[in-house]
Amino acid sequence: MRFLLQRVAFYLFTAWAAITLNFFIPRLVPGDPVQSLISRNQGRISADAIESLRVLFGLDENENVWEQYLDYWRQLIHGDLGLSFTFFPAPVSTVIGDSLPWTVGLVGITTIISFLLGTALGVGAGWRRGSWVDGLLPATTFLSSIPYFWLGLVAIALFAGPGSFFPSSGGYEPGLVPAFDQYFIPSAIQHSILPAATILVSSMSGWILSMRNMMVTVSSEDYITVAHAKGLSERRVALSYAARNALLPNVSGFALSLGFIVGGTLLVEIVFSYPGLGYQLFQAVGAKDYPLMQGIFLIITISVLVANLLADVAYLLLDPRTRKS
Amino acid sequence: MRDPVLEIRGLRVDYGLGDAAVHAVRDVDLTLHRGEVLGLAGESGSGKSTLAYGLTRLLPPPGVVSGGEVIYHPVDGPPVDVLSLSPAQLRAFRWAEASIVFQGAMNSLNPVHKVSTQLLDVIRAHEPRSTAAGRLARARELLKLVGISADRLHSYPHQLSGGMRQRVMIAMALALEPQVVIMDEPTTALDVVMQRQILGQLAELRERLGFAVLFITHDLSLLVEFSDRIAIMYGGRIVEEAPAAELYRRALHPYTDGLLHSFPALRGPRRELTGIPGSPPDLRAMPTGCAFHPRCPRAFTPCDAELPPLGPPGDDDPRRAVACWLHSATAPAPR
Repeated sequence: MRFLLQRVAFYLFTAWAAITLNFFIPRLVPGDPVQSLISRNQGRISADAIESLRVLFGLDENENVWEQYLDYWRQLIHGDLGLSFTFFPAPVSTVIGDSLPWTVGLVGITTIISFLLGTALGVGAGWRRGSWVDGLLPATTFLSSIPYFWLGLVAIALFAGPGSFFPSSGGYEPGLVPAFDQYFIPSAIQHSILPAATILVSSMSGWILSMRNMMVTVSSEDYITVAHAKGLSERRVALSYAARNALLPNVSGFALSLGFIVGGTLLVEIVFSYPGLGYQLFQAVGAKDYPLMQGIFLIITISVLVANLLADVAYLLLDPRTRKS
Repeated sequence: MRDPVLEIRGLRVDYGLGDAAVHAVRDVDLTLHRGEVLGLAGESGSGKSTLAYGLTRLLPPPGVVSGGEVIYHPVDGPPVDVLSLSPAQLRAFRWAEASIVFQGAMNSLNPVHKVSTQLLDVIRAHEPRSTAAGRLARARELLKLVGISADRLHSYPHQLSGGMRQRVMIAMALALEPQVVIMDEPTTALDVVMQRQILGQLAELRERLGFAVLFITHDLSLLVEFSDRIAIMYGGRIVEEAPAAELYRRALHPYTDGLLHSFPALRGPRRELTGIPGSPPDLRAMPTGCAFHPRCPRAFTPCDAELPPLGPPGDDDPRRAVACWLHSATAPAPR
């Protein structure tokens, strides 16, 4: 328990540092958002408007940095991440709120499937070395070495196109209203198959390989020999003794990969024009939309930290040696 | 006492296949009698652990049993050859008939499971009809048997000391009341005080439960004290076999003699420690004839050419056997 509190305190500190950095970085970048907004509108903004924009973006020149920093925190606590330029005057929190479910739905589900499937195959491959799963390894390793956005492009070229079942872009059929009904859900699933398969194919082999190697390492441990000598069933030895121990590094890897769900598959979303957070970030960068970028970075940072905390908790639950009595 | 429980006949264990194979155990004949402690001693690489793994079919690849048989005599029922059991029969045989206490006390317990889990699963696997409460009661009893309080059942292995872990392993080995317990250097990783305690306890338990022990160690002094009979292994073969006291009093094989003179006696007249010159043979390139002859202080003509058979010594004591031309009834006398 003490250990957990220490971890939580550590992550709170890290979060504070990350948020503070998040506040300073845009202020250190040459040119400010208001400047870019002014230049974009080619002088059609009056001086008053410029002044109010500055206040709006928290760049009020009448305030010193410290006051701006406090304001920033005040806004954060109220969930106010500022206004987006590209979707002006929509607040950043709304923009993120709209795109987050897409990313979490697509990448989150595929990450979980990829982990479960890859780990199961890895257990099989490591336990019975030389079986057909071992023959699969070079192929999966090859697939995982291909960047997945390129795999996505290939998938679009091969499977998508006029008249194909697989749509090449978007998250759902244009014209449908996002809602949980019988029109929207099948369309969303249909649109997600290709990007999901792309991510699955390229990320799964990592799990297979690491699980297989851990299984091979653990298989030579003394307690596995003892388990065999005890006359336990092959299944019990493989799962409760070998896989249970081999799983530990993979579980923490999985918890960490959960943190990268939000920001990790930017390129897949770009390739498939999927309306997720990564695609939004891409657009924000293109449009110099600082508040949106800042907001997305914040979400990514927090999700990585939460994932780290999850990894710690998972390890604590799975490995009794890490618990201090 | 002379009733055999485990007979090893002509057992050969190789590492690797074909011409590249290393013969780690060569034509070993060894009989373990019901209720006795048979010590098996030899230096590292002599094949004693390989023998134990081979006879229980636990050899990790590339080890293969390339010949021989291991006959187990159950209390009731006909003898069975362990080496030809089907996988299901083998699983039933393991632990219920012959259990093993391994070298590494530290790593023999799965670190992520409680002691109780690991004690209970073996009972459940072999006695599927036992009740959960019955199994738990048995586990508590077993821990008490080896002098550990029953509330330690819910500890994880890392919360126990090395000595406790090894005692848990001994308790586990006795869980199904097997006829044979194979101990592969069970106390090597422990300090001498703990070693003595555990061995004392073991001797006591054997009196009470009547299992036979195959005790493998490189520490001959330990065996002299704790075993009924001792077999000495060198280069994958048994070179001498005798009752413990006889062997200590009068070793026949020069190798045994060397082993006995490499540790000091606590009592009796002071004697010189000699040790054995040279190093153990390379299993890939074994010397011709008797494997020990390059290191033997008493080697003579037939030693480097002909392999001495394991048989009763010249003075014909039926309880002893030795593989040395010095003592063979059929060999020419030393010049």
